[in-house]
Amino acid sequence: MTTSLLPRVVHGRKALVPYVTGGITAGWTDYLLAAEAAGADAIEIGLPFSDPMLDGPTIQEASDRALARGATVASILADLSAVTVGVPLVVMTYANLVMRAGPTVFCARLAEAGVAGLLVSDLPVDEVAEVELAAAEAGLALILLVAPVTTDERLAEIARRASGYLYAVSVMGTTGERAGLADSAGVLAARVRAASDLPVLLGFGISGPAQAAAAGRVADGVVVGAALMRRILDGATPDELAVDIAALRSALG
Amino acid sequence: MSLMTEPAGGRFGDFGGRCVPESLVPACAAVAAAFRAAWADKTFRDELDDLLAVYAGRPTPLTPAQNLSAQLGISLWLKREDLAHTGSHKINNVLGQGLLARRMGRTRLIAETGAGQHGVATATAAALLGLSATVYMGTRDMERQRLNVHRMEMLGATVVPVTSGSRTLKDATNEAMRAWVADTEQAHFLLGSVGGPHPYPWMVREFQRVIGSEARRQAPVTPDVVVACVGGGSNAAGTFAGFVDTPARLVGVEAAGGAAMTNGAPGVVHGARSMVLQDEEGQVAEAESIAAGLDYPGVGPEHAYLGAVGRSEYRTVTDDEVVAAVRRLARTEGIICALESAHAVAWVLRAAGTADLPAGSAVLLTLSGRGDKDMHTLIGGTA
Repeated sequence: MTTSLLPRVVHGRKALVPYVTGGITAGWTDYLLAAEAAGADAIEIGLPFSDPMLDGPTIQEASDRALARGATVASILADLSAVTVGVPLVVMTYANLVMRAGPTVFCARLAEAGVAGLLVSDLPVDEVAEVELAAAEAGLALILLVAPVTTDERLAEIARRASGYLYAVSVMGTTGERAGLADSAGVLAARVRAASDLPVLLGFGISGPAQAAAAGRVADGVVVGAALMRRILDGATPDELAVDIAALRSALG
Repeated sequence: MSLMTEPAGGRFGDFGGRCVPESLVPACAAVAAAFRAAWADKTFRDELDDLLAVYAGRPTPLTPAQNLSAQLGISLWLKREDLAHTGSHKINNVLGQGLLARRMGRTRLIAETGAGQHGVATATAAALLGLSATVYMGTRDMERQRLNVHRMEMLGATVVPVTSGSRTLKDATNEAMRAWVADTEQAHFLLGSVGGPHPYPWMVREFQRVIGSEARRQAPVTPDVVVACVGGGSNAAGTFAGFVDTPARLVGVEAAGGAAMTNGAPGVVHGARSMVLQDEEGQVAEAESIAAGLDYPGVGPEHAYLGAVGRSEYRTVTDDEVVAAVRRLARTEGIICALESAHAVAWVLRAAGTADLPAGSAVLLTLSGRGDKDMHTLIGGTA
């Protein structure tokens, strides 16, 4: 399946996909509306998990805070059902939350809440078959990660099985802000673009407009998570977050 | 499914696998390939066997617990992993993985630890083999197992305090895996138990198989019951491996507050499908045990499989029973065992003479470690 959630871009507007931890504040869906208004092309929503192994300190803190204020999968999906966001919403989470409900039920719930895609961080292509089937039945795109160490053979398999977009992990490490865009990012983006017709987004360590612009020169767009969640954790309002997202938008072109 | 061979795809029935982010898949595959080759290589096996003998002190004795046997009306033998170098069975696995890491050209070991026994063993292997070691440990465990923190530092390891979540083994494991993602080129993740992504459950069981193989040779009779404590389950997995093809009952004893087999549900944590203590939505629960090494909400996938097919059984004991068991074993046999190991003893004390462990039973119990590290807890300090 090669259904895309985003346009593939050669020249011109690159995709901007902010990440927001679901349930981070009482009125957290206002961040989604602000992101859309500031130029987001899709939004990733993290369903907080107790043991986010792929996440660095910022997303860990955000997950802990959301869980501590009582956010659940059910409450986050209910919140999503109550708003209308005009860009595709993609849920990013960990396998245990999917398996606990059962992939079929889990994917159906996401679709009912208006979610368009699913990314399960700790289910690589070899382990994703059951979720892949459930996502397809529910009409959800299945986003898969590609890493700098992914072999060509695995990349071909990932490209064949993924839909929505491909998420290229720019650096070997966890999510979180970094000083510069890793050299590995450009090499990886080029490899992934050669292997698939899906749009290729770079994520992990896209910390500000300069890195977003650099990433946009080699990929079809960017995912920005920790940098925005740091602002939310520090108390930024939806309007204030929109300023940051608009800056990323204008840097990306 | 044969227990001797590599499980296909790391699967033990519905459990196991390799549920890790894409960034870690090639590193796991490299460990699997290296272990597969090493385990079939006589030179590697000979080097490990030699270290186990001349460095770790193997074979460890099988001690008849004569006084306790007489009191309980059973025949009890203790497999004395407490007498292995560094004070627990953890040395078996770290020497194996340490040699493997060196063979793979890795220069650094990353490990998680709960009670600190695996951390001490990792620091020991690193010192012996000329590697550096970084050990992640929850701050709650650092408080209650301070002696082991000092031992790791004495051995030259860096101990990194982990303050996230429950500040115990679960969180230390998360942090160790995060550290590995960032350094798969130089570092080997030296996981201490039979959990984690393929090949760890298989590889660690193979490195711990020596416990069961020795015990089977040493036992004067085939035991009716083989018993060991279970947190992640490595000493039990190694013990059970030696008896799985005998009629012996295999009993794993969990901490009442960390009983993934008894109270958990199928889930995915730290890279494997297994039994996991969790809430209705799938958030992993925080375990609660006096024994830091069993204070863990998951369990190795092979235990989940053996339990599901009915080959092994799992029981729980409370913290109070465990403390009483340490004292009873100390005063009847002159052996101060670790709080973790005392779980197995506590079940035998409770069950002996009942339908669960009838009088006259021949019981082989793996005493996984010694109790020096727990004296502070036992004399009324931090629990």
